[in-house]
Amino acid sequence: MPEKHPPKHAANRPGNTQEATSADESTAAVVSVDTAGGAMEPSAVPATAQSGQLPGGPDTLLRRIFTGSGMVSVLAVLLALIIGGLLIASTDERVATTGGYFLARPTDFLTAVWDAATRSYIALFQGSVFNPRGNSVAAQFAPFMETLTIATPLITAGLGVALAFRAGLFNIGAQGQIIVAGILAAWVGFALHLPLGLHLLLVLVAGIIGGAFWGGLVGLLKARTGAHEVILTIMFNYIALYFLRYLLNTPAFQRPGESNPISPVLDPTAVYPQIFGTQYRLHLGFLLAIAATVLVWWLLNRSTVGFEFRAVGANPKAAQTAGINVSRSTILVMALAGGLAGMSGVAQVAGTEKVLTDGVAATYGFDAITVALLGRSTPWGTFAAGLLFGAFRAGAVQMQIQTGTPIDIVLVVQSLIVLFIAAPPLVRAIFGLNPRRRKPARAAKSREAATTGGAA
Amino acid sequence: MSTTVSSSRPGKPQPGANGTDTRAAAVSAKPVTWKTPLLLTAFGLVALVFFGLLAPSRTASFGISTGSDFFQLPALEVNAFAGGLVLSILLLGLAAYAVFLRTRDRQVPGWLTVAFIVLFTAAFLIWVVGGARTPSISLAGLIAGSVTLAVPLVFGSLSGVLCERVGVVNIAIEGQLLGGAFTAAIVASVTQNPLIGLLAAAVAGAVVSMVLALFSIKYLVNQIIVGVVLNVLVSGVTGFLFSTVMQEDSDRFNSPPGLDAIEIPVLSSIPIIGPILFRQSLVGYLMYIAVLVVWVGLFKTRWGLRVRAVGEHPQAADTLGINVNATRFWNVTLGGAVAGIGGSFFTLVAIDSFTKEISGGRGFIALAALIFGRWNPFGAFFAALLFGFADNLQSIVTIIGTPVPSQFMAMLPYLVTVLAVAGLVGKSRGPAASGIPYVKG
Repeated sequence: MPEKHPPKHAANRPGNTQEATSADESTAAVVSVDTAGGAMEPSAVPATAQSGQLPGGPDTLLRRIFTGSGMVSVLAVLLALIIGGLLIASTDERVATTGGYFLARPTDFLTAVWDAATRSYIALFQGSVFNPRGNSVAAQFAPFMETLTIATPLITAGLGVALAFRAGLFNIGAQGQIIVAGILAAWVGFALHLPLGLHLLLVLVAGIIGGAFWGGLVGLLKARTGAHEVILTIMFNYIALYFLRYLLNTPAFQRPGESNPISPVLDPTAVYPQIFGTQYRLHLGFLLAIAATVLVWWLLNRSTVGFEFRAVGANPKAAQTAGINVSRSTILVMALAGGLAGMSGVAQVAGTEKVLTDGVAATYGFDAITVALLGRSTPWGTFAAGLLFGAFRAGAVQMQIQTGTPIDIVLVVQSLIVLFIAAPPLVRAIFGLNPRRRKPARAAKSREAATTGGAA
Repeated sequence: MSTTVSSSRPGKPQPGANGTDTRAAAVSAKPVTWKTPLLLTAFGLVALVFFGLLAPSRTASFGISTGSDFFQLPALEVNAFAGGLVLSILLLGLAAYAVFLRTRDRQVPGWLTVAFIVLFTAAFLIWVVGGARTPSISLAGLIAGSVTLAVPLVFGSLSGVLCERVGVVNIAIEGQLLGGAFTAAIVASVTQNPLIGLLAAAVAGAVVSMVLALFSIKYLVNQIIVGVVLNVLVSGVTGFLFSTVMQEDSDRFNSPPGLDAIEIPVLSSIPIIGPILFRQSLVGYLMYIAVLVVWVGLFKTRWGLRVRAVGEHPQAADTLGINVNATRFWNVTLGGAVAGIGGSFFTLVAIDSFTKEISGGRGFIALAALIFGRWNPFGAFFAALLFGFADNLQSIVTIIGTPVPSQFMAMLPYLVTVLAVAGLVGKSRGPAASGIPYVKG
């Protein structure tokens, strides 16, 4: 498989200048993809660009829509859902029994497969967006509020990961950053007793500082010693987790009279107010997540610092030559990423949990990576991806209750979505959307374009 | 995962480089920095204060022989105060030698760091045991347990060595271990044959690796992304199938027959060495063989030369007629198979059933062991042993009751790794082309 396309490159090379340029472009794209730490920079995401530059003349509008990157994202989600559905169906009992007489009555089998998959997905939808069986309008939209609640920490942590991606850093440490933020925020929340407003503000600030410290430490180590941030962040996740477990066994953090590792409940003045009343868990943190998205958008697209981040991400050597302090950028971007993840920690302790346990970060830190990848590291993309994965999470609980489909299916669908989105040529090949050959004479070129699309 | 320690980053020059251009130094020769000597001195002082001066004057006793041994040796008894003092002075001596070498512009040799780590560990052990409620542990049991806990780590880090040496970063070790553990459990349960389970585990690991190879080599997706996502995918798939298939009928699908320890007569009764070398399960013996084979393969055969060439300089390797991407694909696959075997250890040897997330993050420790061991099979092996040791010590000290909270013991491997990648083990540099996809032309 891997040896297929290099010879093609080589064979097609001589005597075609246009093609040479396209190959060079693709190599350039590859380089930028690599240094950016992932194929998520819009400029480095080549699907549209590549298919837009097909040497076969202008494509029809319809075809362009279908081969464009937006469509690839939709198809990737669809494909992941189909594979997830097949996995659900494969363990379904009725599918197994009807499969026994598949040759006699194939329709039975196919209906069973369809039923098994759709039943789960309908439950997923009802658990995450709209429940028609609710008694009132408020109850019918309760799932959607739950989705927004779960999306809140996903969005802010995802923004942290995305911001680091854009600066070419792979921040796997959102988990640890959430934990450290949670520790500080929770401590301020239950140990200090301050007036309304000020207390919550202090909780938020403490959390952000905690996350920023933990992230910035990685940035500092990376800038000073050149140690790889992936290893550092993975290790820092564990260090934070064990530190939290230690703290929860000390008198300063453990709830008095409690033998379990659990902290006292945060003061009422220290928790986020619920936006739409006490019937929904949705809290102020969601509005702050929107604000954070706007802030990151502004930072990346409108500010000098953001420009420096992106320059460092695209090509650190060039950025350095241009007079950008790469070390400073590395430390700063990791601190900012940690601060954003810290907001997730605050959302957990001051929003939904209201106590500190060793499960404070749940798996939000790791999910944040997939959220950022799905959002292609753009602020609003991450926001949308956070909502989608929040919906998966919220719906999965209902799905498990109603149909018995384990929550783990969400992990499968999530990871498949990210995998497929990262490899547009694969998705297009599966749906038969690779640029078709217009004329026999140009056939070789079209194929070449398809492979370079794959290359980049 | 190149953890180049010599800072090619701009801005701050290395401490002690005194304004000389470190990048130029990196080109001409290995830069000699103050980092290692200073770190060693710092650790020596820590040892002197905590393990020496502040140590309780009690006797720490280390049992060497167990009842089943060939001949009995008396337990090793050390006064914690005196032992700590002597060892920490030795440590400071080593640190002083490193400083001396630095003043002569010479690199700190590898043996010095290794000796330092061994002595430091010994001093730490004496301190921990000396301060415990019952200051006595079985050294034999400690070491044997460490080797057992290290088995999946060794396989995982060997997988990492195979992948990174050929230029593909393997973050998916965790997924390969988990996939191997799951498949071994289900196949061994259905066939009632642990050997087939072992084989199936290797295949499962290889399949996970093939996805990694496919996406990172053919579709040029960032290798770290694929690795991270694969871990989630495998966790999801195994968790899903565990809930739907295994828990429904655990007698049929989740009760694998285990691989028992195979004792080699006489030899297995030698104190300390016997249990770790000659009383292992099949997977344990395979571990020793795998370390040897990978080392010989990588450094003594034509195949290994090609692999390393592809990992260091794919363009040059390509020019010489090596098919870079095919080499990468098959090596990554092989690495996955090795990690898969390591995964089978969880379900066929350690515990006799599969549970969700049974690998519990050990794939990441294996990754750390790989870096700590400097991308060398033997280095990775000893680093994995060290991590297994820390893991085992953690559970032992909670039993005997020590001044150190067990959470800090559990934290130790990760702290050590941070120090390692930040430059304690000298210059740790990965294969040059690791993580960079190769596009011909």
